[in-house]
Amino acid sequence: MSGLLNMDFLDEVRRMNKRQLYYQVLNFGMIVSSALMIWKGLMVVTGSESPIVVVLSGSMEPAFYRGDLLLLTNHQEEAIRVGEIVVFKIEGRDIPIVHRVLKIHEKEDGSLKFLTKGDNNSVDDRGLYAPGQLWLEKKDVVGRARGFLPYVGIVTILMNDYPKFKYLVLACLGIYVLIHRE
Amino acid sequence: MNTFLSRLNTIFAFTLSVMAGLTFCCFLSTDFNLNQENVTLGTGKVSVKEVRDYSAEKEKKDLGFIVFDLNADLTPLFNWNVKQLFLYLTAEYETKSHKLNQVVLWDKIVERGNNAVFDLKNANTKYYFWDYAHGLKGNQNVTLTLSWNVIPNAGRLPKVMGTGSHSFVFPNDYSSGRF
Repeated sequence: MSGLLNMDFLDEVRRMNKRQLYYQVLNFGMIVSSALMIWKGLMVVTGSESPIVVVLSGSMEPAFYRGDLLLLTNHQEEAIRVGEIVVFKIEGRDIPIVHRVLKIHEKEDGSLKFLTKGDNNSVDDRGLYAPGQLWLEKKDVVGRARGFLPYVGIVTILMNDYPKFKYLVLACLGIYVLIHRE
Repeated sequence: MNTFLSRLNTIFAFTLSVMAGLTFCCFLSTDFNLNQENVTLGTGKVSVKEVRDYSAEKEKKDLGFIVFDLNADLTPLFNWNVKQLFLYLTAEYETKSHKLNQVVLWDKIVERGNNAVFDLKNANTKYYFWDYAHGLKGNQNVTLTLSWNVIPNAGRLPKVMGTGSHSFVFPNDYSSGRF
């Protein structure tokens, strides 16, 4: 008699564990899709393909250090003017560069050529552009820096520099979400 | 071990929330500042030459030479949420080929705590005043303005133009001889 009761109890425990496991997996899925929705929503509102970037180099010190976070917008109706901090990509290269606009020459039809320079660099960016390229154009711009948060992006820099740290963080997060019962 | 870890977790989460809240308050407290100041600008000797630009298209282009005066006191612009001011002196003009040209001739980084009073006389420009082509000779309206980009500890990055501009005219002939 007590043996039967024991088996019933075990079954119920095993069933509850399976339900809770599904619940944890669904919870995890919810978190991931919410994060994705927020990210895509930010992309639409700011008009930039990369609305939040982490500063990777020291070429804009002492304004921006490695690990600082920048909020970008890329509304086409806001014209590019000197003094703006733009994030641009050179054709053929993946890394976005965060520098300041030094010169602009704009024609009547709106087509614009501009030159950039990092605050901490002594020369302008012509040496960084593609061979033969002397000016940047609107199409090279990923976004304009509109907001600034210090230090928050240091996690991204650490994960880039020490890939083992990245796997460790992901593993810990995964375990924590699956185990945590809330 | 359980309670120690969960306490550590709570403390960590609480610290992060408080820091985020404080950062947000810091941003809000200065977001509505106008950051305006008066600026007095002037120019001294102004000349233009036609020189081959080896850093660009290697064609002959107009190269302007100016010396400028700058008088400004920017100390009221600094508050607890201003990390530095990036000042830049812009020359804006119109040419036949381009409706709008803006060239930064001089810039300066002023960090909080540094001297923010400027009284420059006949200062040289930091950057070369190259035009895209030949639009400087005889240009009747080149406007100098001083603007600053406010870099906060956290928040927006506004660009503000100082009130007070100065327009000058380039001579109708290229100057010869030494600079």
